[in-house]
Amino acid sequence: MSVRFPVNGVEREFHGDGEMPLLWYLRDHAQLTGTKFGCGGGFCGACTVLVNGAAMRSCLLPLSTLAGRSVTTIEGLGTSGLHAVQKAWIEEDVAQCGYCQAGQVMAAVALLERNSDPSPDEIDTITNLCRCGTYARIRRAIARAAREMRTAK
Amino acid sequence: MNALAALVTRRLFLQASLSATGALVLTPVFGQAADALPPPAENPLGVLIRIEPDNRVVIGATGAEIGQGVKTSLPMILAEELDADWALVAVEQMPMMIDFGGEQPRWRFGSQGAGGSTSIPDGWAELRQFGAQGRWLLRQAAAAEWGIPAADVKTGASHVLHPDGRRLPYAALAAAAAKLSLPAEPVPLKAPSEYRVIGRPRGVVDATDIVTGRARYGIDVQEPDARVAVMLRCPYFDGDIARLDDAAARAVPGVRAVVVVPGPKPGEPITANLATGVAVVADDTWSALKGRAALKVEWTRGPFAAESSAALDEQAASLLATTGQVVRNDGDFDAATREAARVVKARYRIPFVSHAPLEAPCAFVHVSADRARVVAPLQQPSGASRAVNAVTGIPRPAITVEMTRAGGGFGRRLTNDFVAEAAFVSKATGWPVKLMWTRSDDLQHDFFRPFGHHELAATLDAGRQVTGWTHRLASASKYYRRAGVEPADLWTAELYPDDFPAKLVPNYRLEWHPVTSGIPRGSWRAPAHTANAFAVQSFVDEVAHATGEDPLALRLALLGADRELEYAQHGGPKFHTGRLRAVLERVAADIGWGRKLAPGRGIGLAAHFTFGGYAAHAMEIAVSPEGAIAFERVVCAVDVGRPINPLGIAAQMQGGTIDGLSTAMNLEISINGGRVVQSNFNDYPLAPMAQMPRDVEVHVVESPADPAGCGEMGIPTAAPALANAIFAATGVRIRNLPMRGQLAEALKQG
Repeated sequence: MSVRFPVNGVEREFHGDGEMPLLWYLRDHAQLTGTKFGCGGGFCGACTVLVNGAAMRSCLLPLSTLAGRSVTTIEGLGTSGLHAVQKAWIEEDVAQCGYCQAGQVMAAVALLERNSDPSPDEIDTITNLCRCGTYARIRRAIARAAREMRTAK
Repeated sequence: MNALAALVTRRLFLQASLSATGALVLTPVFGQAADALPPPAENPLGVLIRIEPDNRVVIGATGAEIGQGVKTSLPMILAEELDADWALVAVEQMPMMIDFGGEQPRWRFGSQGAGGSTSIPDGWAELRQFGAQGRWLLRQAAAAEWGIPAADVKTGASHVLHPDGRRLPYAALAAAAAKLSLPAEPVPLKAPSEYRVIGRPRGVVDATDIVTGRARYGIDVQEPDARVAVMLRCPYFDGDIARLDDAAARAVPGVRAVVVVPGPKPGEPITANLATGVAVVADDTWSALKGRAALKVEWTRGPFAAESSAALDEQAASLLATTGQVVRNDGDFDAATREAARVVKARYRIPFVSHAPLEAPCAFVHVSADRARVVAPLQQPSGASRAVNAVTGIPRPAITVEMTRAGGGFGRRLTNDFVAEAAFVSKATGWPVKLMWTRSDDLQHDFFRPFGHHELAATLDAGRQVTGWTHRLASASKYYRRAGVEPADLWTAELYPDDFPAKLVPNYRLEWHPVTSGIPRGSWRAPAHTANAFAVQSFVDEVAHATGEDPLALRLALLGADRELEYAQHGGPKFHTGRLRAVLERVAADIGWGRKLAPGRGIGLAAHFTFGGYAAHAMEIAVSPEGAIAFERVVCAVDVGRPINPLGIAAQMQGGTIDGLSTAMNLEISINGGRVVQSNFNDYPLAPMAQMPRDVEVHVVESPADPAGCGEMGIPTAAPALANAIFAATGVRIRNLPMRGQLAEALKQG
């Protein structure tokens, strides 16, 4: 099987097993290791990337489904300086072990793209798991990023 | 932990030299004759402090970073005494550095493991002295440069300061300082009033790398020619391979080898922790996973095939019907029972739970003819070195161990089984190997928090004074396979005889019964404390409610006057009742303890001493008629002595609270047919954000005491505070963990 799709704006071509989940292509073949493996079943969200702007679990996305779809990983966010969500994550000192945070950031970016002022209940729609328990600071960072993104507009 | 303690540490001092690029390089040495390392400038791995020509200060992070924040807090301690400008400090992870050149192995940077919340208390003395020695050298060099006494040279923000107002960056003195030697005696330390780094909130040093995906974890290790291995392990405790057909696996494109990894060898301490399995080695992860899925293996079910959670519950209950091993016995509890006006009794059940670090175990290992290299997310790097030595026979001085950031630890990585597996596969194939675990591997083959049944009883006199207390525990000790632990000592991992309320109740008895189980057990964050604090802090409430006493007043009455008591277990040598009282009163005041609440609302309290730290929680919850819990407010207070990084402490307490709540509400590892039932986060449901409190308020209670660690203090009191709040809100007492479904069921029954 052969498939072409852009990753972080760069056109990529893959020849091989179309069943391979996007996660393993990104990590093992594209050397983009910021996207993490957590569960392989779509439960934890550590592997969250943007596909055509929507947050998706890359561990569940076979490469065969990606033709022409645009993939953004944590490495492709804020290519000209940090994205407002990344800055807010640093300001609020969100990370503990940090392993889930790339996925959390991508989920927050997707949420703020469709909802510039999410309520606490709407933030609750993010189901990415954090084993260290950084949820309270994730909430604060999303609220901070939302404020800054609204001001910037 | 035993092995860590066995490594002899002798007083180290810094040796200064100038690197080829003109940096002042400071590294700990044991003394010229006995030191096995080449001169520090030629050995970048041995460098602890580097002052670059542009005056940036690079500090080596000595500890294993597993999310507890030591990559930030340990360098802060050193930076303080060096008087470095924290804004211009860069931190680099140090590899394991054990010096094998002496008569016994010696830690060069202090013990580099992460367990028992020991990194900060262990590093406190040594890192301050290293920093102070660096500053001493720079002040001497400045004094010579300026022709004034060293005592007149002050420092600040990586500069030396002349009394007349002149200042020089540290870097300007690199060449001069590199020629100096330190005195044999320790150099003086700063007074705490002079602290500029310690005690100030500092963000995680890797924050930018983490949010840009650049931070390197074990899973991210990419080495030339490395192959990826995944294993299919026998799911039955101590089972074995009956028949293996690997033809289909070998036929998967990209699969290069299939290797049988032998299981436990009785009496051999390293491989005792392995499960028998089959490794599939491939060019990439996906091929390895496909190859593994194509393996056809029949297993023997081993000696524990009949084991189930229900059978373990029956076993624990029948053990508690007998008298167990009495491990503490103050006064005469039986006499107190005979004389009591009232006896209150309750049983609690604590399930097996899994560490489930979000980065599952993994390790890169390259075994060559006479050397080995390990790069992995570790909690016990010395154990990794011993594991490779045990598997390969390569002498430990020829084994290098590098620590990446770890995606959580929680005690999982204290066991280096995954390093041993990777070493075995690398040795068998001759290739550098990155061995990966999947989530189901992790949940099925963890070293689980022990299961246990706790029976507590209290005797009260006519005046409602608590006269006697027993805690009888039947549990599956985590020490069951630990080399050198006698059966008579298995209880020492399960009960800490000096824990509250020992010595506070005149007739006090602790009793332990060994539950026999084949499931692997190990140290799970705040070992034994999460189980025992749940039972004890729930039971204090039960005693209070049974007698009409206020739960806060009863706790304060039991603690009594502020005083120090002996505490002989880890976290001692003293337990101060006043420090526990202070955190308890702080959360009670904050939450508004004693105020009238609307129906369906309740407040719960709990306080506990864990590994040198004092913590308390207060929670106000609202319970719906259907039993749904909403957290209205969650407050905790912690006293870990002098705070190094208040921001890091708050994070650990918030995270510990979430871990405590998520685990108590949702999580259990159950057993059926001699194997673990759960296999991913669908049946082992870590709490998502929506289920957890929207905020956790943390009060860091300052104390002049030497700092304790902070990775484990936030968790033990969270679950009992919730159980006590549920009772206050609904009258339903939850004694079995996990709580899930029980409250709804009880409210339905009315």
